[in-house]
Amino acid sequence: MATLVSLREAAAELVHDGDSVALEGFTHLIPFAAGHELIRQRRRNLTLIRMTPDLIYDQMIGMGCAARLIFSWGGNPGVGSLHRFRDAIQTGWPAPLAIEEHSHADMAARYQAGASGLPFAVMRGYVGSDLPKHNSKIKSIECPFTGEVLTATPALRPDVSILHAQKADRKGNVLIYGIIGIQKEAALAAKKVIVTVEEIVDDLEAPLNACVLPAWVVSCVCVVPGGAHPSYAHGYYKRDNAFCIAWDGISRGRETFSAWMERHVMGTADFAEYRRSSEAEAKVSSHR
Amino acid sequence: MEYSPGEIMTIAAARWLRNGSVCFVGIGLPSAAANLARLTHAPDVVLIYESGTIGAKPQVLPLSIGDGELAETADTVVSVPEIFRYWLQGGRVDVGFLGAAQIDKFGNINTTFIGGSYEAPQVRLPGSGGAPEIVTAAKKVAILLKQNRRTFVERLDFVTSSGYFERGGGNGGAKVRGRGPTTVISDLGVLVSDPATNELVLTAVHPGVSVEQVRNATGWALRVAANVEVTAKPSASELAALRDLHARTAAAHGSAAGAE
Repeated sequence: MATLVSLREAAAELVHDGDSVALEGFTHLIPFAAGHELIRQRRRNLTLIRMTPDLIYDQMIGMGCAARLIFSWGGNPGVGSLHRFRDAIQTGWPAPLAIEEHSHADMAARYQAGASGLPFAVMRGYVGSDLPKHNSKIKSIECPFTGEVLTATPALRPDVSILHAQKADRKGNVLIYGIIGIQKEAALAAKKVIVTVEEIVDDLEAPLNACVLPAWVVSCVCVVPGGAHPSYAHGYYKRDNAFCIAWDGISRGRETFSAWMERHVMGTADFAEYRRSSEAEAKVSSHR
Repeated sequence: MEYSPGEIMTIAAARWLRNGSVCFVGIGLPSAAANLARLTHAPDVVLIYESGTIGAKPQVLPLSIGDGELAETADTVVSVPEIFRYWLQGGRVDVGFLGAAQIDKFGNINTTFIGGSYEAPQVRLPGSGGAPEIVTAAKKVAILLKQNRRTFVERLDFVTSSGYFERGGGNGGAKVRGRGPTTVISDLGVLVSDPATNELVLTAVHPGVSVEQVRNATGWALRVAANVEVTAKPSASELAALRDLHARTAAAHGSAAGAE
């Protein structure tokens, strides 16, 4: 049953060095506040799982949290490269990063297999691609009925999945709407689930067929308004495209990246303070 | 009316889309072209984005593949496993509309790395996203890519998503249901794969572009059709629709995002 705690407590209690952790949200509802809290708590040797590493894993990789990355598309959407992700793969800074690379369809299927209690996922995938030559987890299997050769990859079972959602009720039932991505599968595949939410309400007012995570599959709910920034929370706030563009410059060099992270993430107590700190700087630079 | 190479490329790609076809759209240039088609000659084209939005009708171009604008204007929004399993793998997609970093003469594309090795790349690129399955599951595929010797190469450093995979030596018995990348649209012209040899053949040049210019911008010995057509010049209404779309997009995103 979900307990309502602070994000600091949830991260300290449920996420340990060496864990496999999935912070999901397909360009929408990316759990930035939770990623920052793991950086603040100096988690190390994590296996980070995420279809689109995005800015949040760029930050976690650059701050030395990750030993391994399982992913399918590592860019800054609409902007270009993830410089910290690239630096880690190309030169091993700040630490060597092992990668396990898949396609989107495969990552989705692997989460689904994990949520379904199956050992592996099956799909038509990677025909003619070089990816299977570099990833020993991508194997083939023959259909016992037709003989067709299909792709098989192992189920994903993260130690902890972390999501951001619009709202939860007082019992800890969680409602997610808009682009729901892979969130339900990531939650049901995981051993433990942390959900940060925009707000707690008396009644979720969830429509029939809505994407609801019942309180009894969620370990902790933490209230963090704005916790998906600079991604967006449908119905609450828009994507901060200016920040995503600014990140290209901030993250390009190791020094500018480290200084920014020290000042705005390590040097702040929580996400609310981080927002005030980073927005103050953004205002100054936009007036220059 | 004056226009840029990026504009004629986007307009040529938009024209290629038929009204009513179901199109799985990549972000960036393909998304601009697909929406231009929807706003001009193909109002009933169905745009599917891998974030799960089916029938998206955005008024401004999305900066990310999962912008709220796509969800708000879609006929329905489904989960990511559903979009890939039921809608793409299930055979519901007519056309895959994709970009790439590099392409070879068999329409194989690379979005993984350039230079060095997979383990130690000189330039690491984002990776595959949805493309490996889009290229094989869609009934046919168009690739949009600016043409020069760094993008149209004799040999790819990595085949992320396959075209006709001559280089890879076959597909190990796996079935491909679609026809693959039948068409490549660049800022110089249009290349179409020859069903007999699977090789891309230059079939059209954009106005003012010579065949020689296209050969010089191609990293392999380019095959050229007996009769090379010239792409029709952009009409005033096509250019106006494209520029309005980019202007709305820039105003909404506070930048020239998505502009060419």
